[in-house]
Amino acid sequence: MNAVELHEVCKTYGDTAVLNGVSLVARKGSVIAIIGRSGSGKSTMLRCVNGLETIQSGRIDVAGHRIGDGRTNLRMLRQKVGIVFQGYNLFPHYDVLNNVTLALRLVKKISRTEAEEIAARVLGQVGLAEKLRARPSELSGGQQQRVAIARSLAMAPEIMLFDEVTSALDPELTGEVLKVLADLAGSGMTMLLVTHEMAFAQNIATEVVFMHGGKIWESGPPSQLFANPQTAELRKFISQ
Amino acid sequence: MRDLTAYDIQTLIVAARWTLLLALISFTGGAIGGLVLAGLRMSRFAPLRLLAGLYVAVFQGTPLLLQLFLCFFGLSLLGIEVSALGAAAFAMICNSSAFLGEIWRGSIAAIPKAQWEGAVSLGLSRPQQFVFVIAPQALRIALPPTVNYMVQIVKNTALASIIGFYELSKMGSVLNNITFSPLAIFGAVALIYFFICFSLTTASRRLEVKLHERG
Ligand SMILES: Nc1ncnc2c1ncn2[C@@H]1O[C@H](COP(=O)(O)OP(=O)(O)OP(=O)(O)O)[C@@H](O)[C@H]1O
Ligand SMILES: [Mg+2]
Repeated sequence: MNAVELHEVCKTYGDTAVLNGVSLVARKGSVIAIIGRSGSGKSTMLRCVNGLETIQSGRIDVAGHRIGDGRTNLRMLRQKVGIVFQGYNLFPHYDVLNNVTLALRLVKKISRTEAEEIAARVLGQVGLAEKLRARPSELSGGQQQRVAIARSLAMAPEIMLFDEVTSALDPELTGEVLKVLADLAGSGMTMLLVTHEMAFAQNIATEVVFMHGGKIWESGPPSQLFANPQTAELRKFISQ
Repeated sequence: MRDLTAYDIQTLIVAARWTLLLALISFTGGAIGGLVLAGLRMSRFAPLRLLAGLYVAVFQGTPLLLQLFLCFFGLSLLGIEVSALGAAAFAMICNSSAFLGEIWRGSIAAIPKAQWEGAVSLGLSRPQQFVFVIAPQALRIALPPTVNYMVQIVKNTALASIIGFYELSKMGSVLNNITFSPLAIFGAVALIYFFICFSLTTASRRLEVKLHERG
C-alpha cells in the first residue's frame, strides 16, 4: 500500500515555479531520502505533503486523504503526518512535557494523565526521559531536536516528514539525532526526509530522490543511485 | 482669596478618583477595542485590514485634544446629550483602542512564523494556535509597552479638563484660582500623578520579573 503519492504536483510563488510536476510514491514503511542543492524545492515538496503549502495543480494522496481538491480536512491529515523542522519549532514557554502533551490534550482530547504516560514513553524512545521539566532553552540543540521528534511521535503518526533536522546542529550533536531517525526507520515508520547527510541516506534509506529545478531528476535505491548516477547534475552534486 | 488648607489637599485626592476612573474606563474599553483592531489588522480579508489600518492612522495621526472636542461638541450638535465624562471616555476609548491595537499587533507579529507552523503541524485549530502558543509569548513582549501606554493614558486624562471634566488637573486649577498657591497646589497635583504612574510601572516590573522566572 502507498502511504504517500504525489502526482504531477506543481507549485508556484507568484511567477516562479518551485515544483514543476513532481511525482513520487512512498510505500508504507519505506524511508525516502530527498537530496538536492539549495533551492531545488525539497522543503517545498515536503511542506506540501502535510498541507503547509497549497499546490496549484496535481494531487497528493497522504494516508487516505487527498490534497489538492480543496476539500481535505487538513487537521485530520496532520494528525496522521508528523513533521520535524530544521529549527525544532519547540514552544519556548512550555517545558518538555507540556510541549509533548499539548496537542495530545487539545487535538486528540486525551486526559492529562494519559497524555503524560504517552509523553514519558516517546521521550524515553528519544533518550530524554529525565528531561521532562526542562525548558527548551535549557537543552542542547540535539536534545531540542529529539524533543521535537518525540512531540511528533506522540501523536502516533503514520508518516513522518523531516526537513534537514540535523542541519542546525554542531557536528558532534548530529549523531544522537541520526540515531533516533535510524531507530525509527528500523521500527517500520514511513519516512520522507530531506537531508545533506549522504552517508546516512545511503545507510538507512530504501530510496533516494534527487531533486533539481523543482523536478525529481533521478531516483532509485541508494546503492544504485550513488554508485551509478545517470545524469550529469547528480554526478556533479555527489562529487561536491 | 483664602489660604490653602488640608481640606484642599483632600479635595485633590477626591478629584484624583475621577482621573483614575476615566483612565480605567479608557484602558478597559481601549483593551477590548485594541484586541478587535489587532484581530482585524491580521484578518484574511483585505477590506477589513484596510479599514482597521485607516482607523489606526486617523486616531494616531490627530491630537487627542481634537478628538475630545469633536466628541464633546460634535455629539451635542448631533443632538446627543453627553456628560463631560461620557464624551471624554468615548474619545479616549477610541484613541487608546488605536494605540493598544498597534502595540498588540506588533507583539503578535514579533512571534516567529515557525511557532505558528509548529502548532499547525500538530493539528491545532487556529484559535488553539493563538491561545496556547502565540498569545502567551506575545503577552510577554506586549507587557512593557502596554504599561507604558497605561501611564500615557493616566496623563492624557488631564486633557479632559478642557471640556469641563472635574478631574485632578481641573480641580487643581480651580483651587489655585481660590487660594493662589500655584506651587503648593500644582506640586501636589504632580505628586499624585507621579504616585499613580509610579505604582503602575513598579507593578509591571514585578510582573515582568515573575514572567521571566517562569521562563
Ligand atoms: N515563501 C516563498 N516565497 C517565494 N519563494 C519561495 C518561498 N519559499 C521558497 N521559495 C523559493 O522556492 C524555491 C525552493 O525553495 P525550497 O525551500 O523548497 O528549497 P530547498 O530545496 O529546500 O532548499 P534548501 O536546501 O536551501 O533548504 C527557492 O528558489 C526559494 O527561493
Ligand atoms: Mg529546505
